[in-house]
Amino acid sequence: MLDADFFRRWMTATAASVDREAERLTALDSPIGDADHGSNLQRGFRAVAATLEKEAPDTPGAVLTLAGRTLISTVGGASGPLYGTLLRRTGKALGDAGEVSEAEFAQALRTGVDAVSTLGGAAPGDKTMIDALVPAVDALPDGFGAARSAAEEGALATTPLQAHKGRASYLGERSIGHQDPGATSASLLIAALAEANGE
Amino acid sequence: MSDGKLVGIVLVSHSAEVAASVAELAKGLAGGGITVPVAAAGGTEGGGLGTSSELIAAAAASVDQGAGVAVLTDLGSAVLTVKALLAEGDELPPDTHLVDAPFVEGAVAAVVTAATGADLAAVEAAAGEAYTYRKA
Repeated sequence: MLDADFFRRWMTATAASVDREAERLTALDSPIGDADHGSNLQRGFRAVAATLEKEAPDTPGAVLTLAGRTLISTVGGASGPLYGTLLRRTGKALGDAGEVSEAEFAQALRTGVDAVSTLGGAAPGDKTMIDALVPAVDALPDGFGAARSAAEEGALATTPLQAHKGRASYLGERSIGHQDPGATSASLLIAALAEANGE
Repeated sequence: MSDGKLVGIVLVSHSAEVAASVAELAKGLAGGGITVPVAAAGGTEGGGLGTSSELIAAAAASVDQGAGVAVLTDLGSAVLTVKALLAEGDELPPDTHLVDAPFVEGAVAAVVTAATGADLAAVEAAAGEAYTYRKA
């Protein structure tokens, strides 16, 4: 079973990972975006870690709902409402149970990913975070490690794609040949799940 | 017309200058007389380019007279942030709507229409209609 501590560890592991990878995320965002993805997410997840420590929410749902709200109010770019919606909807789907099973979490995360698709209007293959999140959710029943591998493969597979959403879509074919920064940060988020689980 | 209360207009842009200038333009073109509550929510709180949910929430609260609030946005994170705030349910005044309209033309149409005392649905319709005006 997964408790509030697990989800707090997930968020702090994500914050640490985004800290480590911020420069790479911003570098990926330079040729096809506006070169702020790393710094935006770094600011957002640092705020998440600080808020979780201060408010100490005590259920899995409350941890993720608070984390999502914090991202929406601190990131300043499109990744704020997108990741914010992902975590908030996942948190709401978990309800107020003190512990949730891995299967319940997998189902809730799918609800969150669906909400991101609806908000941004992105489908698989559009060269967005969805290209890492959907494979991860599909693989989650096989464990966090499987989800991590699926997200990393999904992020790498965005390189030959042409962007159809966001600023990168204005570049048309020139967006081909660059790994998508959003899919890359999404793979960090999923990898942090395995880390939070001690894998 | 609802008790002399006017629909409030919020203009959200990645740039503080763009949001403030479009607000001035729309108010200027609406003419004198009735003063429509219009608020700009541009850029990040730090003054950079981007979107701030705090600035949007504050702007919406400042223009809310109880007749509803129409929010117009430029693109990308401005659209997504307003949608995410609306989904949250408690950060924006009740009857706050994201209006599907071109930013500049829609803002002018919204302010002019709101000045007549029209309700939120009429303001939204007028702003959205600005899409149908072809320029070439």
